[in-house]
Parts: sequence; structure tokens; C-alpha cells
Amino acid sequence: MPFKRFVEIGRVALVNYGKDYGRLVVIVDVVDQNRALIDAPDMVRCQINFKRLSLTDIKIDIKRVPKKTTLIKAMEDADVKSKWENSSWGKKLIVQKRRASLNDFDRFKVMLARIKRGGAIRQELAKLKKAVA
Amino acid sequence: MAPQSKLSLGIKRASRSHTYHRRGLWAIKAKHGGAFPKAEKPAAAAEPKFYPADDVKPRAPSTRKPNPTKLRSSVTPGTVLILLAGRFMGKRVVFLKQLKSGLLLITGPFKINGVPIRRVNQAYVMATSTKVDISSVNLDKFDDKYFARAKRIKAKKTERELFETEKEATKNLPDFKKDDQKVIDAELVKAIEAVPDLKTYLGARFSLRDGDKPHEMTF
Repeated sequence: MPFKRFVEIGRVALVNYGKDYGRLVVIVDVVDQNRALIDAPDMVRCQINFKRLSLTDIKIDIKRVPKKTTLIKAMEDADVKSKWENSSWGKKLIVQKRRASLNDFDRFKVMLARIKRGGAIRQELAKLKKAVA
Repeated sequence: MAPQSKLSLGIKRASRSHTYHRRGLWAIKAKHGGAFPKAEKPAAAAEPKFYPADDVKPRAPSTRKPNPTKLRSSVTPGTVLILLAGRFMGKRVVFLKQLKSGLLLITGPFKINGVPIRRVNQAYVMATSTKVDISSVNLDKFDDKYFARAKRIKAKKTERELFETEKEATKNLPDFKKDDQKVIDAELVKAIEAVPDLKTYLGARFSLRDGDKPHEMTF
């Protein structure tokens, strides 16, 4: 029951509301009880309310408010990108984005693939059932 | 003539004879044999019988030339379109070109989904981002006149025939149209079979299923 993900300098978080929705950012400073200063390699450092952040498991080693180049280097050393993309949360988001970007032909091909997969599964199941009987 | 100077409002500086000389009326008289040439009065127009109540300017006819409908940027030759209404509702067809009337020329191809070479309005069509290569197809002979209705010759009916149920001459498609379809389709089907699953895709109808959110789907 204890908390595992803390708001601290270096905590990687996902913005879940607003203009930067879906962006992975790093908390570089705490402004007050409600707001933090966040930064990411491709955005201008800005303040944001904690309510708009979803904390992740990833933490990087930085000092309070580092320079942009220092931040980028620290993110690369900690390998944030691959840790995120290999986490189950990150993988889910990637799949969601891919599904949303499918065009009509892609959706048709997905349907054909699902039918094929279902057919293969049912065939195997029938074989197994026959073996047991 | 150069401007006349005046002493006051209505009072000229120069006398009648001086002004006469300045105006050169003597020279004009001399040129025309002693008399000032009288301009011929134009023949008085006949009094019109009717005077309109208001002085209205007659409207000039418009010189605007109508253009064919503006095509949506997503509709380009070779695009797969989804028909939204009519007999072939839901069918996925290939767009060939826009005709001068603004209508879109499409084909199934006929062999794949039963849609012949046909005209369709852009409003009843949804464009997908799938494209087929139609560079090898010649579309010069297709225009709006190709699709005009054939005129029916009305035969004189005898009284008996009037009361019989009319045996309409079966609307047979002329052979040249069937041949045109085959020619176009031969090229297109080759291009379509080159892409895996595209043939089955064009053969299937489009429909919305449970959970589909059309405003969030990309086509």
C-alpha cells in the first residue's frame, strides 16, 4: 500500500490534459504545493499543475533545473525512450495510436487477419479435442 | 477658346465684337461660304407610347461562365471511393476522372464488385486514402454524352394494346458499352491484383459496426 511513484526532480511523467496531451516530460523543479516545472527535449520549459501529470516509474538523475543539453544527455544515459516503449503502459499507447491512424483498407486487412487467426486457433483446438476424445 | 476674363459675376471684360473676333466665327463663316454651318437636327424620335414609371437601368447580362464542381482534395484519379447512396451503397469503387458536368466517372471494376462504368455525384461519395494506379487506362471516349438516355420511339398503340400490360422493350445494354467496360477493367484489374488483399477489399461492402466512431476514424 505505500506509494512508489513520487513527485521528485527527475521523475518522468505523462501529460494527461491540455495542449501537450500525451507528451513525456521530466519534472525539473517544484514551484509550490500544486505546480511543478517540467521540461522535455522538444518543448519550452514550463510550469504545469500536478493534476495534469500522470507519474511513471521512470526516474532520471538530474540536478534542480538543468540546462537543456544536460537534460537531454541525462535522458539518453537513463535510456528513457526505450524504457518507456518497452513498458506495458508505453506499449499500450503505441498500439492505441496505431489503431487510430489505420485507414479503411488497413482496417479491412486487420479484419481478414483476425478471421484467419481465429480460424487457425479453432483448428488447433479441434485437433486437441479430438486427441483427448 | 481661351477662358474669358470677367469684371464681376455676369459682366464680361470683352465686348461682343471682340469676343466674336476671338472665337473665330468670321474664319468659320469664310470657310463655309459666308454663312455659319447649321448642324442638321437629328430626326425626332417617335414619341414612345409607354413611359415606365421608374427610371431603372436595364441589367446587363452576366458574363460569368459556370465551372464544373470543385473536387475535394482527397478525390484524385485512382482513389478508392465508398458510395454512400443508391443501388451500390457501401460499395468500394475506383474513381477515374471528373466529367465536364462535374459528376465523377467511376467503375467497380465490374468484374470485382458489379459496379459498371457509371457517373456519381461527389456529394454521395466518401474518399479513402487508398489509391490505385490508373495511368495505363485511356478515358478519352467517356463524357456526359456517352451516358445520355437513348431516345425511345413511341409506337402507335391500338386500343387493344392500350389495355394490355405494356411489354417494355427490355433495356439491353449496347454491345459497345460492354466492350468498353471490359477494356477498362482489364487494365485496372491487373493493377489491383498487384496489391495483396485489394481485390477482396473492393469486393466487400463498407458498413459501420458496433463501436465504430466515424468522426474519429481516418479513411
